[in-house]
Amino acid sequence: MTSDHRFSPLHDVHVAAGASFTDFAGWQMPVRYSSDLAEHHAVRSAAGLFDLSHMAEFRVSGSGAGAFLDHAFAGALSAIELGQAKYSLLLTAEGGIVDDVVVYRTGDEEFLVVANASNREPVAAALTERAADARGAGATFDLSDVSDETALVAVQGPRSRAILEASAGLSAPGLADLRYYRSIPADFRGAPVLLARTGYTGEDGFELYLHPSKASDLWEALAEAGASHDIVPAGLASRDTLRLEAGMPLYGHELGLDTFPQQAGLGRVPALTKPEFVGRDAVVAGPAADAPVLVGLVGEGRRAARAGYTVFAADGDDTDDGTADAPIGTITSGALSPTLGHPIALAYVDPRFAEAGTPVSVDIRGTRLTYRTTPLPFYRRKKD
Amino acid sequence: MTEEIRYTAEHEWVLVDGSVATIGITAYAAAALGDIVYLDLPAAGTEISGGTVVGEIESTKSVGELFAPVDGTVVEANQAVQDAPELVNSDPLGEGWLIKVEFSALPALLTADEYRTLTGE
Repeated sequence: MTSDHRFSPLHDVHVAAGASFTDFAGWQMPVRYSSDLAEHHAVRSAAGLFDLSHMAEFRVSGSGAGAFLDHAFAGALSAIELGQAKYSLLLTAEGGIVDDVVVYRTGDEEFLVVANASNREPVAAALTERAADARGAGATFDLSDVSDETALVAVQGPRSRAILEASAGLSAPGLADLRYYRSIPADFRGAPVLLARTGYTGEDGFELYLHPSKASDLWEALAEAGASHDIVPAGLASRDTLRLEAGMPLYGHELGLDTFPQQAGLGRVPALTKPEFVGRDAVVAGPAADAPVLVGLVGEGRRAARAGYTVFAADGDDTDDGTADAPIGTITSGALSPTLGHPIALAYVDPRFAEAGTPVSVDIRGTRLTYRTTPLPFYRRKKD
Repeated sequence: MTEEIRYTAEHEWVLVDGSVATIGITAYAAAALGDIVYLDLPAAGTEISGGTVVGEIESTKSVGELFAPVDGTVVEANQAVQDAPELVNSDPLGEGWLIKVEFSALPALLTADEYRTLTGE
């Protein structure tokens, strides 16, 4: 334990719960409490309770907030309604991805940008630079990094809403009517909460932003209310397999500075209806025609292709252009899917091999195993 | 019985009975890997030499290597753990054993106390 580790406001709660910890972007965060598989299944069938306090948050407010966000991010953020959440991208001028974010409109002239913990500094630097440009163009707004004063607790799984409704001290008028990717202001024992129906698991669920001083009490209230709904505390290991099954990209794996949105299947995130945003020209020009594209892969058996493994044209693939058994791509994430029972992976491959159903072969530590490209997501929850 | 179990720095345990050593991974190693979902073990008859990688232990999150702690010939790979890899997590020193090896040479192994010192537990 060194002084450069950061600790969640819920750290003591996790220690008491017997969590194993992992370093994530400099934070000591729970990787699992007892069993990552049990935590994964609990989210699919009942509910999981996650501490995501390591995430980075930025508040943007003022009459020019929307104009600034429209300049800084790829999406049309000034157009979202009060309470609405929107997935967006922060691009470089060259079209690469600095981070993927969720932006909430929390007031007529106020927004909350939620960024990856690992990208807090690059996002802060890009936003600061772009804020100066926007102010130079006449926009008036405040930009502040509120990460240190913001804790984040997520309840994910089909029982989530019932658990929130039963949580002592949580007052959330409008919860019953809250739609997916919408948020409402709520209150927990006198502290303001931003309660959003968002998540990163492919399951219904909620994310609750509040001051770190109230995070432990909220966690305990949710755990207590969830006990009769089979809620379990869930760590980052299950969060990763859940998001992978849902086909959701993870920065540093599927997204990076050298990735165009179009390559990652996010071509519809940049709003080309906007006349200007950082990276627009590069996105319009697009990646090279032969640039690798993100695909889903499914395999048989139980041996998972993992990040960094090389993808080859399938053995015996009789391509007439010399690609038979040539390296065609790289795995970026992979696991034995706990829900589906077979291996799943995300990979960047030569676009000639991207069509769904194409057989490919993956080198798994010296053994070639056949995988097949498949549409994403791997898992889709049944809507009720 | 557990007093007779010896350990390696690669987080394996070795229980010697006559000329046969039963080998598994320690609770510490199983916990560090997380939920184990796949095992690749050497088949009966495989000649193994101490210190080399002879198998793989995959969890949801990572891949661990099984090092042969002894020289010898595999006489049995535990079919039960290959069918139900979670046995390695639930009972690493019992039903979660991995292979039995008829050994030709037994190296110096760690005692339980020495192993505890190594893991800091």
